[in-house]
Amino acid sequence: MRRMVSRAVWPAVLLPLPLLCGCSSTQSPLFPAGQQAANLYDLLLLMSMVCGTIYVLVLGFLVLSLVRKRRASVAPNTVVAPPDKGLRHVLVVWSGFIIAALSVLVLGSFLADRGLARMQDAEVLDVRVNGHQWWWRIAYREPGGTSWIETANELHLPIDRTTRIQLVSGDVIHSFWVPNLAGKTDVVPGRNNSLDLTPRKTGWFRGQCAEYCGLQHAHMALDVKVDTAGEFAAWIARQKETAHPPTGDAVASRGLALIETGTCGLCHTIRGTAAQGRAGPDLTHIASRHSLAAGSLPMSRGALQGWIAQPQAVKPGTLMPFIPLEPADLNAIAHYLEQRQ
Amino acid sequence: MTFALQSNEPKTSERHARLAQTWADAPGIWGFLTTVDHKRIAARYILTTVVLLFAAGMLALHMRLQLSFPELKVLGPQGYNEAFSLHGSTMLFLVSVPVMEAMGIWLVPLMLGQRALAFPRLAAFSFWLYVGGVMTLWVSHALDITPDLGWFEYPPLSGSAYSPGHRADIWAQMITFTEVAALAASVNMVATILKMRPPGMTLARMPLFLWAMLVASLMTIFAMPAVMLVTSMLISDRLVSTVFFAPTQGGDILLFQHLFWFFGHPEVYMIFIPAVGFITAIVETFSRRTIVGHTAMVLSVVAIGVLAFGLWVHHMFAVGLPKLGNSFFTAASLAIALPAGIQVFCWIATIWSGRPQFYTPFLWVIGFIITFVMGGLSGVMTASAPLDLQLTDTYFVVAHFHYVLVGGAIFPLLGAFCYWYPKATGRMMSERWGWASFLLIVGGFNLGFFPMHILGLMGMPRRVYTYDPSLGWSTLNMVATLGSAIAVLGGLIFVANAFLSLWRGAPAGPDPWGGSTLEWAASSPPPQHNFDYTPVVNSIAPLWSEDPLRMLDGVGVSRREVLVSSLAEAHPEYRQKSAQPSIWPLLAAIAVSIMFIGSIFTPWAVVWGSLPIAGALTAWFWPQRPRSKTGPLRVRV
Amino acid sequence: MATQKEVSVVGSLADLPDHANGARHLVWWGNLGFMLIEGTGFALAIAAYLYVLSHSSAWPPAGDALPDLGWSGVFTLGLLLSEIPNLWLLRQARAKKEQAVRIGILLMTVIGVGLTVIRLLEFGHLNVRWSADGYGSMVWLLMVLHTTHVFTELGETAVQALWLFTHEVGDNQFSDVEDTANYWTFVVLFWLPIYGLVYWMPRLS
Ligand code: HEA
Ligand code: HEA
Ligand code: HEC
Ligand code: CUA
Ligand SMILES: [Cu+2]
Repeated sequence: MRRMVSRAVWPAVLLPLPLLCGCSSTQSPLFPAGQQAANLYDLLLLMSMVCGTIYVLVLGFLVLSLVRKRRASVAPNTVVAPPDKGLRHVLVVWSGFIIAALSVLVLGSFLADRGLARMQDAEVLDVRVNGHQWWWRIAYREPGGTSWIETANELHLPIDRTTRIQLVSGDVIHSFWVPNLAGKTDVVPGRNNSLDLTPRKTGWFRGQCAEYCGLQHAHMALDVKVDTAGEFAAWIARQKETAHPPTGDAVASRGLALIETGTCGLCHTIRGTAAQGRAGPDLTHIASRHSLAAGSLPMSRGALQGWIAQPQAVKPGTLMPFIPLEPADLNAIAHYLEQRQ
Repeated sequence: MTFALQSNEPKTSERHARLAQTWADAPGIWGFLTTVDHKRIAARYILTTVVLLFAAGMLALHMRLQLSFPELKVLGPQGYNEAFSLHGSTMLFLVSVPVMEAMGIWLVPLMLGQRALAFPRLAAFSFWLYVGGVMTLWVSHALDITPDLGWFEYPPLSGSAYSPGHRADIWAQMITFTEVAALAASVNMVATILKMRPPGMTLARMPLFLWAMLVASLMTIFAMPAVMLVTSMLISDRLVSTVFFAPTQGGDILLFQHLFWFFGHPEVYMIFIPAVGFITAIVETFSRRTIVGHTAMVLSVVAIGVLAFGLWVHHMFAVGLPKLGNSFFTAASLAIALPAGIQVFCWIATIWSGRPQFYTPFLWVIGFIITFVMGGLSGVMTASAPLDLQLTDTYFVVAHFHYVLVGGAIFPLLGAFCYWYPKATGRMMSERWGWASFLLIVGGFNLGFFPMHILGLMGMPRRVYTYDPSLGWSTLNMVATLGSAIAVLGGLIFVANAFLSLWRGAPAGPDPWGGSTLEWAASSPPPQHNFDYTPVVNSIAPLWSEDPLRMLDGVGVSRREVLVSSLAEAHPEYRQKSAQPSIWPLLAAIAVSIMFIGSIFTPWAVVWGSLPIAGALTAWFWPQRPRSKTGPLRVRV
Repeated sequence: MATQKEVSVVGSLADLPDHANGARHLVWWGNLGFMLIEGTGFALAIAAYLYVLSHSSAWPPAGDALPDLGWSGVFTLGLLLSEIPNLWLLRQARAKKEQAVRIGILLMTVIGVGLTVIRLLEFGHLNVRWSADGYGSMVWLLMVLHTTHVFTELGETAVQALWLFTHEVGDNQFSDVEDTANYWTFVVLFWLPIYGLVYWMPRLS
C-alpha cells in the first residue's frame, strides 16, 4: 500500500483548512474512501504541490522586482528595449522549468487516468442508476438472477468489490457524483455511461447531482452506504422481499388501501401490492432509507407525514404534486409507509 | 515647421478648425443618433457595460446573501436560478466581451494616429445591435421572463419539453444579437489594424495592445459562428421542431456541447487577450521602459490564440468521452501554461529592470498578477482530465473562473480605465481614492473567492440555491459573502471616483503618464478628428525618442479621409474616404432587432423581417453620386 | 510629468491616390472578414453534419428516401456556369468599363433570379422533412444556410444593378462590383462540399 503510506507522509496541505472550519467529511474528495477517489486524491496533492511551488516562485519574483534597489546610474528617463542578457537567460530557464513541471503534471494525469481504466477489469456487480428530475432510481441485478430489484435515492455497496454503475437518464442531463468514492460521470440521455466504484472504507457517504438539471437541482442528493459483505447480502435480501399486507393493524391496512386506490399508486410502486406506478420512487422499503425525497429531509415518521402533506413546501417545484388528504387519511398512509422497512 | 504639441495650441490653428468642422456631428439628439465617431460610440459602449457590470454585480450579491447561511429564503429556487443565469450571461456576453471591443474601438484609431475606424458606420451598427441584445435580456427580466438555465443552456433541459415558455428563446436570441455585434466590431478591428497603420509602423513595430486586439478579433471571427449556429439550432428545435438535439430521433445531445464550447473556450481568451494588451501598456509606461521580450510576448499571444481552438473538450471531461481523447485535451490545455507563463515572466522582468512608479494603474497590474496567476494555476488543475472529474461543476471551478475573469480581465480593465481616463476626459482621477478602491476590491475579492476553492473540495456543487447545514459549508460561505460585499463597496468607490473626477480632477494635459504610444500625442480629450496631421513612426515607442514626432500633411482637411497603408510594411497606399454620420446603422439595427425578437414567436418573422432589413441596408450603402448622364437609364433633362 | 512632445511636419501624403482596388482597397478586407465568418459557419455546419452522421447507424436512416438529383443537378450546373459571366464581370470591373459592368451585373441578377427559382424547386425534392429525424434536420440546415447566401447575394446584385443603371459610376463602385463578384465566387465554392454531402454522401454510405 504505497499509496496509503505516501498519503500519510505527504504534508497534507489541504487538510487543515476544512478541518479548522469543522466541516463534515461525508461529501468531499479530500476524504477518499474508495480506490478511485484515493487515486484522484494523490493526483490532487501532486498538482497542489507543483502549482503551490510555482505560485510562490512567481510572487517571490514579483515582490523582489518591486522592492529591489535600483542603481542610480540607470538612465533617468524612459528606455526603449535595451537587450538584457541576464533576463533572457532566466527566461530560457523559466521556460524549461515550466515545460518540466507540465510534463510531470501530464504524466501524473495520464497515470491516474490509466489507473481508473484498469480498475474496470475487476469483478463487478451490476447496478443501474437512473437520473430523474430530481431523484435517483436505483436498480440492482438480482445476484445470480436476471431480474432487477428497485429502490431509490440510496445506494448500498459492498466493501472491496468493484461495482459497475450503469448511468441512464430518464429526462435531462444529470451528473452522478459521490466524491468520497470517485469523480463524477454525467448521466446523459441517449448515452450509456458507466462508472466503477471500489469502496475501501465502510460507512455513510453522500452524493449529489452535479450537473444543473432544473429547478430543484440543489435537492438531488444520494445516500451511499458502504457495507461489509455480510451486511450487504442481508440488505439485498431484504430489498428483494415484496410487501406483505399488514395484519392486525387496521390503520396500516387503511393506509395501504388509500395508496392502492388513491392517487399515490398511479406514480409509486409498492411491490406486492396494487400500487404499480412508475413516475415516482419505489416505496417498497421506503422506511429503511436514510433520508427522504433525495436528501431533502432526514427519514422519520414526522418527515414522511410532512412530505406527503406538503411536498411543494418541502421541495418547491418537485414533480410530486400536492394531494389534498384528510388528516386521518394522511396519518394512515404515513403509518403504513413507516412500517415499510 | 516645428511646434510643441499642447492641448490648446492646435485648436487655434485654422487647419484644426477646418478639420473640426469636417468631422463634426450634427448638434443635439440627431447628432447623438447618427454619430459614427469611434470615441463617442466606444464611450457609450463602455458606459453601458459599466451599468451592466453593476447590475450583474448586484445579482451576485443577492446570490451571495442567499448562500451565506444554509437554508435561507432570500431567493427561492426560481429566483436563484434566474440570478445566476442572468449574472453569468450578462457578465460574459454583455460585459466582458463587449467592453474589450469597446476599449479597442476607442483606442485603436488613436494608437494608429488615425481619424477613424475602417468602417465607422459598422461600429455604430455594432453598438446599436448590442443595445438590442441588452434590452432583450433585461427587458425580459423586467417582464419576468428571465432565462433560468445558466449561461450555457444544455439541451434537453433547454428543449421545449423541459423549458416551455420563452425563457430559453430569449437567452438564445440575446446571444445572436451580441454575436452579430461582436463580429461586426471584430471585422472592423482587423481591417483597421491591418490596413490603417501609420507610415513606419511595420508589424514588428506594432504595440502589443494592437497585437492583442488583432488576435482577439480574429479569434472572434473564427469562434463566434459556432455559437450562432448552435443557438439557431436550439431555437429551431424549439420552434419548428427540428431534432438536432433529440437523441431518440437521430439527433445528438453532445453536439450542442461541442459546438458551444468550440466557441466558449476561445471566448474566455477573447476576454483575456485584450487584457494582456492593457497590462503590457501599463507595465511599460510605469516601469519607464519597453516590455522585455516583445517578440516572445507577440508569439505567446498568437500561440494562445491558436491553441485556444483545441481545448474545448476540457469543459466536457465528465460527459463520458473516450479517455484517450481526454488525455490529448489535457495536454493541449496544459500547453497553454507555457505562453501564459512567458507573459507573466516578461511583465515581472520589465518591472525588475525598470523603475516602477506606483500610480493607480500600476497597482492594478500588481493585483492582476497576484490574482490571475492563482486562477491560471487552478485552471491547470481542472485541465487534468481525471482530476477534473472531482473538480468540475463545483465551487472550485467557480473560484477558477472568477479568479481569471475578475483577476485576469476586470482588474486589467480597471487599470486600463484609470490609465486612459485622463486621455478620454482631460482630467486625472484621484490617487487616494484610487488606492482605496484598489485595496478594497483586490482584498475583498480574494477574501471572498479564495474560500470557494476549499468549498469545492469540500464537495459543494455549483448552481445550488441552498445547502444542508450538516455539510459544514456555512462558515466559508459566510466569508465568501463578506469578501464579495467588500469588493463591491470598492467598486462603488471606483465608480464614484471616476464620476467625481470629471469635475474635480486635475487637468491632465496630453501626456500625463509619459506614455510611449501615439494616443498620447493627441490632446486630452482628443478632438473628433483625433490628429491634425498623420504621424510617422520609427520605433515601437514613438513618443520616447528624443527627436520630435514627425508628421505628414495631405490627408483630407475639408473632406473626411483616412490613410490606408500596406499590410506588413505600412507603406502609405491611398487616401480612403471615410463615412459621414448616418441614421441608417441605427435603423438597420432596429430592423434586425425586430426580426430577431419576432423570430422567438414565429418563424415567419425571419421572412418578413428581412424586408425592412434589406431596405435599411440598401439605404445605408447607397452611394452618394450624381445621376447618370449616360446609359439606358440616364437622366433626361 | 506631463511632457510635451515636439512635433514637426516633414512631408505630405497629398499625392496619394484617393482610391484603390483589389486587396489594397479597405472594403476588400471587410468583405474578406465577412467571408471568413460565413465560411467558418459553413465549415462548422458541415462538421456538425458529419458528427451526426458518424453517430447514426444508417445514413439516411431507414425509411427516408434519398434526395432527387434532378433539380439539384440543374442548380449545380447553373451555379458553376454562372462563374463564367461572373469572372467576366470581375475583369470588367477591374478594367473600369462602365457599360460592360452594367450589363454584367444585370446578367448576374437575371442568373440569380433563375437560380433562386431552381433552388426553390430543389427544396421540393429533398424527400425528407426537417422534423423527421437527425438526418432531415441536418440536410435542411445545410440547404437553408446556403440558400440564405444565394438570396442575400441576389438582393445585393439587384440593388447594385439598379444603382449602376441610374448613377454615374465612380472608382469606388467598380470596387463594390469586384466585391460582389468575389462574394458570388465564395457562394459557388461553398456549394460544392454541401452538394456532395447532401446529395452524394447518403448514396455512398
Ligand atoms: C478570462 C478567462 C479565463 C482564462 C484566462 C482561463 C484560463 C484557463 N482556464 Fe479556464 N475557465 C473560464 C475562464 C478562463 N479560463 C471560465 C469562464 C470557465 C467556466 C465556464 C463554466 O463552466 O461556466 C473556465 C473553466 C475552465 C475549465 C473547465 C472546468 C470545468 O468545468 O470542469 C478548465 C479545464 O481545463 C479550464 C482551464 C483553464 C486553463 C488551463 C487556463 C490557462 O489559460 C491558464 C494559464 C495560466 C497560468 C497557468 C498561470 C501563469 C503561468 C505560469 C506562472 C507558468 C507556470 C505554470 C505551470 C507550470 C502550471 N478553465
Ligand atoms: C466577468 C465576469 C464575472 C464577474 C465580474 C463576476 C463577479 C462576481 N460573481 Fe460571478 N459568475 C460569472 C462571471 C462573473 N462573475 C459567471 C460566468 C458565472 C457562471 C454562471 C452560471 O453558472 O451560469 C458566475 C457565477 C457566480 C456564482 C455561482 C453561482 C452558482 O453556481 O450557484 C457566484 C456565487 O457566489 C458568483 C458571485 C460573484 C460575485 C460576488 C461577483 C463580484 O461581485 C465580485 C466583486 C466585484 C468586482 C471585482 C467588480 C467591481 C467593479 C464595479 C462594481 C464597477 C467598476 C467598474 C468600472 C468603472 C469599469 N458568480
Ligand atoms: C404525479 C405523481 C405522484 C403522485 C400522484 C404521488 N407521488 Fe410521491 N413522488 C413522486 C415523485 C416524482 C417523487 C420524487 C420527488 C423528489 O424527490 O423530487 C415522489 C416522492 C415520494 C416519496 C419520497 C420517496 C423517496 O424515495 O424519498 C414518498 C414517501 C412519496 N412520494 C409518497 C407519496 C404518497 C403517499 C402519495 C399519495 C398521497 C404520492 N407520493 C403521490 C410522484 C408522485
Ligand atoms: Cu440532477 Cu442536477
Ligand atoms: Cu476552457
